[in-house]
Amino acid sequence: MIKRELIVVGGGPAGMAAALSAYENGVKDILLLERDQFLGGILNQCIHTGFGLQHFKEDLTGPEFADRLIIKIKAIKADKAIEVSLQSFVVKLTDRKVVTYLKPGKFEEVQAKAIIMATGCRERTREMIPIPGDRPAGIFSAGLAQKMINIEGWLPGKEVVIIGSGDIGLIMARRFTLEGAKVKAVVEIQKESRGLVRNIVQCVQDFDIPLYFRHKIKRIIGHDRVEKVEVVAVDENLNEKPETAFDITCDTVLVSVGLIPENELIEMAGAEIEDLNTTSIPGIFSCGNSYKVYDLADSVTRDSEKAGKQAAEYLKRI
Amino acid sequence: MIETRKLTCIDCPKGCQLSIETDNGKVMGISGNQCKKGEEYAKQEIENPMRILTTTVIAEGLPLKMIPVRTSGPIPKAKLKEAIEAARKTKITKPVQAETIITKNFLDLGVNLIATREILA
Repeated sequence: MIKRELIVVGGGPAGMAAALSAYENGVKDILLLERDQFLGGILNQCIHTGFGLQHFKEDLTGPEFADRLIIKIKAIKADKAIEVSLQSFVVKLTDRKVVTYLKPGKFEEVQAKAIIMATGCRERTREMIPIPGDRPAGIFSAGLAQKMINIEGWLPGKEVVIIGSGDIGLIMARRFTLEGAKVKAVVEIQKESRGLVRNIVQCVQDFDIPLYFRHKIKRIIGHDRVEKVEVVAVDENLNEKPETAFDITCDTVLVSVGLIPENELIEMAGAEIEDLNTTSIPGIFSCGNSYKVYDLADSVTRDSEKAGKQAAEYLKRI
Repeated sequence: MIETRKLTCIDCPKGCQLSIETDNGKVMGISGNQCKKGEEYAKQEIENPMRILTTTVIAEGLPLKMIPVRTSGPIPKAKLKEAIEAARKTKITKPVQAETIITKNFLDLGVNLIATREILA
């Protein structure tokens, strides 16, 4: 079996920052695994600005933030301290620190001395919040719609209602509007947004998009494709006020109701997430959004650099 | 006429709540900002609101379908629509790097349209 000092799973900001910091702290045999064809992770589809103000002291877009880290990774690759393996999908992690991954035409098993999991998070879906009604086409998670527009160049709908006012939902309200779609409402069940204030201003207010607080989607209606949603106000206990119900016609519903750390592999190894970046198995670390969901990529980068250092210190100890 | 207007600074994720005193549309005093950027933002936002446009352009014959782009600096908010229409008609056929200029002096706005990620052939 191939042996490595350190394997980093995930080539987004967390994985790249962790790998770079591990290198700077003396680890010279690193394998960085990324399932996509490019490094950068979700930053590649976050084409808006607002990244890097803390870490790089500049207002960057997501791809630019990723690019800064990718350039540093490439510089290390030159001295063979780090190998980047793209299109590499990890399917198994054991408590003995064996990582199994698939890449085109290959099935690899590698024994590591330390592992940093930087697998990010996934979106909560319609199924995780109670929205009754039909199950037509036209319902997307906000991040999926972002990928369709910004990476694939498809516009998934023309008349859009967004459920939830988290940052991705707000960003997508602006993105759909700029691409010529009509965003008819952002519907938030809480009395305020979980998103950044600047996104309320520049993504919603700038385009006069109605933002309904203390409202929920009562029902999604549509035969083949979404036709309309029924919206209703709720009281402080989130009970519906039936007399307030009204319909909004639309062909698309975006669900932006939060993110969940993606930790199936850590669970597979029998490990549990503990204090900052550590797990119950010494030498297996977790950082970035797979450790906890962060608001800013800058904070992900800062904390993931610590994970790289933690892994380097662990490798010196054993 | 002296008025007080409330604004949220969008220069960074802190989102300071600004209070701006204006006299006939001219900014007289700003409070609530935690840094100098808030002052500049408030003055600009009252007198001529500006935004950076970020969008994508079509890539042809390259491994990506779309390339993310931005204006190299802010442009008048009122020009956003026209700017995105122009970007939609733009195509990239050659490899670019982050910061490669796609369109110089974009729509005569004094800023360039630049790529924000690298794409090789």
